[in-house]
Amino acid sequence: MLSTWFVLLTAFGYLLLLFALAYAADRVAKSRRYSGLVSNPIVYALSIAVYCTSWTYYGSVGRAATSGVGFLPIYLGPTIVFTFGYFVLRKILRICKTQRITSIADFIASRFGKSQLIGGLVTVICVVGTIPYIALQLKAVALSFGVVLARDAQTGAITGLPAYDMALIVTIVLAAFAVLFGTRHIEATEHHAGMVLAIAAESLVKLVAFIAVGMFVTYGLFDGFGDIFAKAAEKPELSRLMTMEFAGPNWVTLTLLSMAAALCLPRQFHVTFVENTDEAHLTRALWLFPLYLLLINIFVLPIAFGGLLWFPEGSVNPDTYVLALPLNANQPILTLLVLIGGISAAAAMVIVASIALSTMVCNDLVMPALFRFFESRISGQRDLTSLLLGIRRISIVGVLMLGYLYLAAVADTYHLVTIGLVSFCAAAQLAPVLLFSIYWRGGTGRSAFAGLAAGFSLWSYTLLLPSLAKSGFITESFINDGPFGLAILKPYALFGLEGLDPITHSLFWTMLFNVGGFLVVAFSSRQTRIERNQATLFVEVYAQQASRSAAGASVVRADASAEVLRELAARFVGEDRAREAFDAYARQKGRKPGNAADGGGDLMRLVERLVAGSIGAASARVAVASAVKGERVSLDEIMAILDETSHVLEYSRQLEQKSRELEIASRDLKAANEQLCELDRLKDEFMSTVSHELRTPLTSIRSFSEILQEDPDMPPEQRGEFLGIIVSESERLTRLINQVLDLAKIESGRMHWNISDVVVDDIVADATASLRPIFDRDGVALAIEIADDMPPVRADADRLIQVLINLISNAEKFCPKPGGRVVVRVTRDGAMARIGVVDNGPGIPEAERLAIFDKFYQVRGQNQRGNPLGTAGTGLGLAISERIILQFGGRIWVEEAAGGGSEFAFTVPFAGVDAPPPSRTTAFS
Amino acid sequence: MPKSVLVVDDEPNILLSLEYLMKRAGYDVRLARDGEEALAAIAASPPDLVLLDINIPKFNGYEVCQAIRANADLNNVRILMVTAKGREVEIEKGLALGADGYETKPFSTKALAARVQALLDGTGT
Repeated sequence: MLSTWFVLLTAFGYLLLLFALAYAADRVAKSRRYSGLVSNPIVYALSIAVYCTSWTYYGSVGRAATSGVGFLPIYLGPTIVFTFGYFVLRKILRICKTQRITSIADFIASRFGKSQLIGGLVTVICVVGTIPYIALQLKAVALSFGVVLARDAQTGAITGLPAYDMALIVTIVLAAFAVLFGTRHIEATEHHAGMVLAIAAESLVKLVAFIAVGMFVTYGLFDGFGDIFAKAAEKPELSRLMTMEFAGPNWVTLTLLSMAAALCLPRQFHVTFVENTDEAHLTRALWLFPLYLLLINIFVLPIAFGGLLWFPEGSVNPDTYVLALPLNANQPILTLLVLIGGISAAAAMVIVASIALSTMVCNDLVMPALFRFFESRISGQRDLTSLLLGIRRISIVGVLMLGYLYLAAVADTYHLVTIGLVSFCAAAQLAPVLLFSIYWRGGTGRSAFAGLAAGFSLWSYTLLLPSLAKSGFITESFINDGPFGLAILKPYALFGLEGLDPITHSLFWTMLFNVGGFLVVAFSSRQTRIERNQATLFVEVYAQQASRSAAGASVVRADASAEVLRELAARFVGEDRAREAFDAYARQKGRKPGNAADGGGDLMRLVERLVAGSIGAASARVAVASAVKGERVSLDEIMAILDETSHVLEYSRQLEQKSRELEIASRDLKAANEQLCELDRLKDEFMSTVSHELRTPLTSIRSFSEILQEDPDMPPEQRGEFLGIIVSESERLTRLINQVLDLAKIESGRMHWNISDVVVDDIVADATASLRPIFDRDGVALAIEIADDMPPVRADADRLIQVLINLISNAEKFCPKPGGRVVVRVTRDGAMARIGVVDNGPGIPEAERLAIFDKFYQVRGQNQRGNPLGTAGTGLGLAISERIILQFGGRIWVEEAAGGGSEFAFTVPFAGVDAPPPSRTTAFS
Repeated sequence: MPKSVLVVDDEPNILLSLEYLMKRAGYDVRLARDGEEALAAIAASPPDLVLLDINIPKFNGYEVCQAIRANADLNNVRILMVTAKGREVEIEKGLALGADGYETKPFSTKALAARVQALLDGTGT
């Protein structure tokens, strides 16, 4: 058994040794001659292996012991990223180099318009997401000491040590080393050559140690791979671990998560992109790092099966098999090596992660806040390095202490792997934004913030809070029943999504809202100029660099003469404004007005601003640049111009659309106008006809009145005849005026209808009674035939009588005299009463049977047939009759009577039958 | 020998009043109730003057006017249109077709008689 003090001193000594190595490496890195020793692809690839933490070192075996090959996806992800995702890595690396990126928070914030808000948010996500991971390392190291060191049988305390909390001691020691490694001085590029070398060395140590214990188990305790697997296959509870079925349902989830982690975990981003000193190193790392992953995983299953076979079931925690097996086999040196390997794995992670986080906390959280609140005091300081170092040191200690607190609170209730996955899921929240930011020119600060905030909030809700609940900080019912008993909000079955493991469940919701939020806001917000520029710089990083190096080769920006610039400005803003601006510029520079002197950078910017007012910023830039020979226009400026141009195109497209709409509207208006003109024409015609019809009786009245006035000696018979004409023409005039007014009333809808149940017999009796004298006078016979039991009809009695009188008097008018005969016949026609007025006159030609209902048709038609002219009609009677009958829901027409005369007939609905609405109400038709 | 006047109108009462007026003025009066009758009467014996209504059956007043002016033998026939169509454009149309004058209904009997007198004396237009 190893002595407690020996173990502790060895471990401490190992860390000191690493520090010495780092210290030396920093020196070497500065010398030109030997810098290759520190900065080379192997060191780079090994430093990336910081991915393999104590979780790998101990946890993989633990996971393999419960789920067989289920440990593999965590390594499959990075392997895929480094093989198939090479182009992504290369692009991010190139951007980091050209933009001097210091952390993933810096990267994302810089891409989205250098937004401090986003930098802060990413930092918070990283810190909160990494804390469980750090806790995990502390737990692993403390656990490993607990396995190795002898314990007092009663108290469980480690013999020879005061009963301190081992994890706390580990935390303090690692914090001290992290401060030493990462914050001895401030580097502009955030390159920590010494630390990187130390990390690489640790990676080597943990690999060697793990392979050593693997060999020992495989070939020392058993007879090689075949033997272990054969023995395991004999035991049913072990053989089932060899099938995929038991590997866990979330293979895909874990692979995706670990792909994201390989890019987005703050420490991975730091070693892969920030600490990289040469892009060429990446090319080597592409196969070196996957190779490392393969090597460190070869012995996972043998050790797991070995442990399961070696120890009685359940007696030893599988997470500690790596240590317990050599310890149990009495191999003190190997045990110590394994312990050192485990410390290496944990220390490397904790150091890199805390340094990366401290950089972010310092640059993206604390400094912006300090600048905001103490700007005057800070900007007064000439040297800020000690302030920065102080902030970073405090950050490191703070992050580690938070990790410790999380461990004390939570980590005991969880397996190593589960804690690690919670962290992975947090880091994965950065992946969508990261990928969008290098492959899509769209997206705004707001969209990045929306996506990240949504993803992070849901992650907190579905993974972080439940982990606290499991440890008793929040009641367990939060998980089982949802907050306030709302099942729909259960953190492991959000919105009713059940049947997934918590990690997959969380990944689904966080990604849905993360990507969704990003895209929705991206498409509904507009990029600012700086966002657009940064997007171009990131997405077009390769083209960008090509143009930049070209520009570097031809730095010939000749300063333009003031005169050239003034002419340019005058062209766009006018002579007066240009002179004004130039004079103001000269005054500001302390020169005489009119003497702006050389066209230096300031003057060019002034002109650019002036011109931008009229043609837009990007175009102004080009205008000025082309006026000043030698001024280069960079790619992003050209892109901006293209953007502006596309906006102009869009604008003109909208204009075209508008003009098309206007055209349609004007066509509609024209049609409406034509219709109005037609109505107007009809109205004019009507007025003209009415006036003509009024003039005719008026002419007779006036003529005969004047004749009577002029010839007082006229014979009395002739005087009587003329007076009679005057009277009848006056009556005709009155009738005409009344009918025109009636028609106007009906057509304008202002006629008052007094609809009631009307007995047809009474109507016919009334109408014929008033006409009887005319019939008697002319000797025309009038017969009335009414069917029995006629029900009443729905109508206005007075109007119905008006129609009948009109038809009967017309019939009388056209009858031969003598020998005339008119029959009024009332019959049933379904739900209507049919009333026909038959005469034995000349009849009406078929062609005219419709037209006679038109206004004023009568005048011509009547005379055309050469009727004897008695009392002249108005030409409106039938038109009015038709409108009245339509109003009642009936119809009116004329047909040939049996005896050769005409029959005017109309229908009126019986009472109790719903009348159809009038079908003809148009004015002037 | 008295001058002859042909009165063309389809309104019996107007026809009656014009007949009375022309006879009282001492002219030889004939009547026609439509365009056909009018043209027949003119063909039978050209009158010195026609009082022509426009809105008449068969041929309307314009057509009758046109037919008269198309016949060189009828150059001496004066045409006075008497109609209720009082709009400017209708008056112009009548004059353009060769009418010598235009009276709007309802007319003043004195004015009409004076107009007929003037046309027959060759002093009016």
